[in-house]
Amino acid sequence: MNKKHEPLIRLAKREMMPKGQVWAIRIGSILLALLLGGFILMAIGVNPIEAYGTIISGSLGKKTALRQTAKIAVPLLGCALAIAPCFKMRFWNIGAEGQITAGAIAASYFALYWADKLPALPLLVIMGAAGAIAGGIWALIPAFFKAKWNTNETLFTLMMNYIVIGIVRWLEGGPWEGRKGSQVIPQFAENACLPRVLGVHCGWIIVLILVVLMHIYMRHTKHGYEIAVIGDSINTARYAGMNVGRIMMRTMFISGAISGLVGFIVASGANGTLYHGVADGVGFTSITVAWLAQLNAFAMVAISGLLAVLTKGAETLQTRLAVPASISEIITGILLFCMLGCEFFINFRLILRAKKQQKEAAAEGKEANENA
Amino acid sequence: MPEFVNLTIALIVAAITYGTPFLFGTLGEILTEKSGNLNLGVEGIMFMGGAVGLGGVFYYEKLTGNANGIVAVIVGILCAFIAGCIASLIFSFITITLRANQNVTGLALSIFGTGVGQFIGEYMRVSEGGYIAISNSLKGFFQNSPFPAFLQEIPVVGPILFSSSVFFYMGVVLAIAMHLFLKRSRKGLYLRSVGESPATADAAGINVTRYRYLATVIGGGISAIGGMVYIMTIAGCVWNHEGLSGVGWLAVALVIFCLWRPLSSIWGSILFGALMILYLRLNIPFIPMQIYKILPYVVTVIVLIVSSMRNQKENQPPEGLGLNYFREER
Repeated sequence: MNKKHEPLIRLAKREMMPKGQVWAIRIGSILLALLLGGFILMAIGVNPIEAYGTIISGSLGKKTALRQTAKIAVPLLGCALAIAPCFKMRFWNIGAEGQITAGAIAASYFALYWADKLPALPLLVIMGAAGAIAGGIWALIPAFFKAKWNTNETLFTLMMNYIVIGIVRWLEGGPWEGRKGSQVIPQFAENACLPRVLGVHCGWIIVLILVVLMHIYMRHTKHGYEIAVIGDSINTARYAGMNVGRIMMRTMFISGAISGLVGFIVASGANGTLYHGVADGVGFTSITVAWLAQLNAFAMVAISGLLAVLTKGAETLQTRLAVPASISEIITGILLFCMLGCEFFINFRLILRAKKQQKEAAAEGKEANENA
Repeated sequence: MPEFVNLTIALIVAAITYGTPFLFGTLGEILTEKSGNLNLGVEGIMFMGGAVGLGGVFYYEKLTGNANGIVAVIVGILCAFIAGCIASLIFSFITITLRANQNVTGLALSIFGTGVGQFIGEYMRVSEGGYIAISNSLKGFFQNSPFPAFLQEIPVVGPILFSSSVFFYMGVVLAIAMHLFLKRSRKGLYLRSVGESPATADAAGINVTRYRYLATVIGGGISAIGGMVYIMTIAGCVWNHEGLSGVGWLAVALVIFCLWRPLSSIWGSILFGALMILYLRLNIPFIPMQIYKILPYVVTVIVLIVSSMRNQKENQPPEGLGLNYFREER
C-alpha cells in the first residue's frame, strides 16, 4: 500500500456504541451549544452566566413564570408527538403549523356558534373532535398526492401552512369578525374554554396522556412497526407486501389529527379565541423537539421543557437585560446543529493513520492465526 | 394609451421588483441542489442576508458620513453574500462532513437564520436608538434604475426593460452565467455529475466533497443577496421581518417550478412576483383580499402536483438530491 496517499483521518461505520458513551456525547453536545450561545451573549456585552441565570430564574423561578413555561411547552410537546410518526417514516411533514391552525379553525367554529346550545363538557369534546378531524384532513391532502404521484411533501405541507393561515386572516376580517372593523374574532364563551388544573389549562393532561399513547403506538403496535420499516427502506416495505401509500396516508392523518387537537388546546385553553398566529411557529420548533428527542416520546417531554425554558427565559432576558428575545431561536438553532452533528461521532469511527496500521497489523495477525 | 396597457405595464414593472428577491434566492438554491445538496435553510439564509446587508450599508454610511452610492451597493451585496456563505457553511459542515440528515439540518438552519436575522435587526434598532435609516440619496442607488432617463421614457419598452433596480439586471446576468456554467463548462458538467451520481463522479476522480462544499456555500451566498434585495428595495431599507417571512420558502418552491433551470428562473420569479402583488393591482370583485393573498401558495401547490404527475425524465431533480455521500457505503 502506498503510505503517502493514505489520508490522515479515515472514516468507518461504527457498530454499536455503549449506551453510556452515547449519552455522554449527546449531553456534551448540549453543553457545547450552551457554551457557543454564551460566546454570542458575550459578544454583545452580556455576562453569559448572568444571562443563563436570568433565563432559568425567569422561566422557573416563580409560580406564575412556571405556569407560563408550561403553557409554552404543551403545544410544543403535543406537536412533536404528532410529527414523530411522519419523521420516523421519512415523510417530511413541515406542515404542522397549518394542521394546528386548521384544527383551531374547526374547534373555533363550534366555540363561536354552538356555545349557547351545549354545556361545557360535550361542547369541548365536539370541539376537540372537530379540531382533530380538520387537522387530519389538512394533513391527508399532501399525503394523498405523495402516495399517488410522489409529489414533494416538504414543500406541499409547507404551502398548506400559508394557505390555511390566509384563511384565518380572511375569517378575522370577514365572516367571523367580532366588532365591525376590529379585525378580531371575539373571545370564546366560558363553556368553550378548557378548565384549569393547577393553574394551567388542562391541555397538559391531554398531552401527557398522548405521550404514553404515542409511545405504545410507535413501539408496540403493528402500525408502528410498519412505519419503522417504511422509514428504513420503502422497497423492503413493498417487498414485504405493505401498502405503502395507504400507510402513509393513515400516518399523516393521525399526525394531522394530533396537531389539530393541539390547535384546539391552544385556541380554547391558552388564547380563548382564534387568531392568525395561533400556531406561532410551534409547528416548526416542534420538529426540533421531535428530532432532538430521537423521536422518543418520553425524551420529547424533557426537550420541549428545555425549549420552553429557553423561550420564556429569553422573554425575561429581553425585559431585564435588553437582549432581543430572538436569542432563544439562535440558541435553539445552535443546539440543533450540535445535536445533529454529534450523531456523527456516534455512527462513525475516526481512524487516524498510525492507529489504523496497528489495528490492521493486529487483524492480519489474527487472520494468520485463524488460517493456521 | 389605453388604460389597460398602462395597468399591464405597471403590473409587469411591479412584478419584476417583487420577483427579484426570488430570482436570487432561486438561483442560489439551484446551484446548491445541482450538487445534490437540498438546503431547506434558504428562509434563514435570506433573513441573515437581509439583516447583515442592511447593517453593512447602514454602518458604512454612518462611518464614512458621505457615502458613495455604488460602493454602498457593493457593500450591501458583499455583506449579504458573506452572511449567506457562513450560514451555508454551517449547513455544509453538518451535512457533508458530519453526514447529518439534510432535511432536518436545513430546517435547523431556517430556525437559526431567522433568529439571527431578527436578532441583528432588533439589536441594531435598539443600539441605534429606535430607528435604522438610510439616507434618501443612497436609497435611490438601491431602488432606482441604473439606466438614463431617456431610455426609461420610451413608451411600453422603456418601463418594462429599463426601469427596474440594478439588482434585476444583475440577477439576469447571473442566471445566464449560471446556465452557461452548468451546461457549457467542464466544471459545470462535473458539478452536475456530483449531483446526479456522487459515486460515479467519485470513481471518475472528481472530488465530491469539494464540489458539494463550493456549490452549497456559493449558492447560499447568492440566495442571501435575495434577502438583502428584498430589504433594500421592497421593504424600503428598513428591517421588516414580517414581509421577508415566507420569501425563502417560495424560492425553494420556485426551484421545482423552474425544473432546476437557471434561465427559467427569470420568468418564474417574475411570475411569482406578479402573484405576490396581484391583489394590490387587480381587483376581482367577490374575492376577499386575504384569500387573494394566498394565491402564490395555491399556485405553488398546483405546480408541485402537476409537475409530479407529468413525471418526465428530463424534468426530474438531480438523482442524488438530499442524499449524503459516504464512499464506503453501498
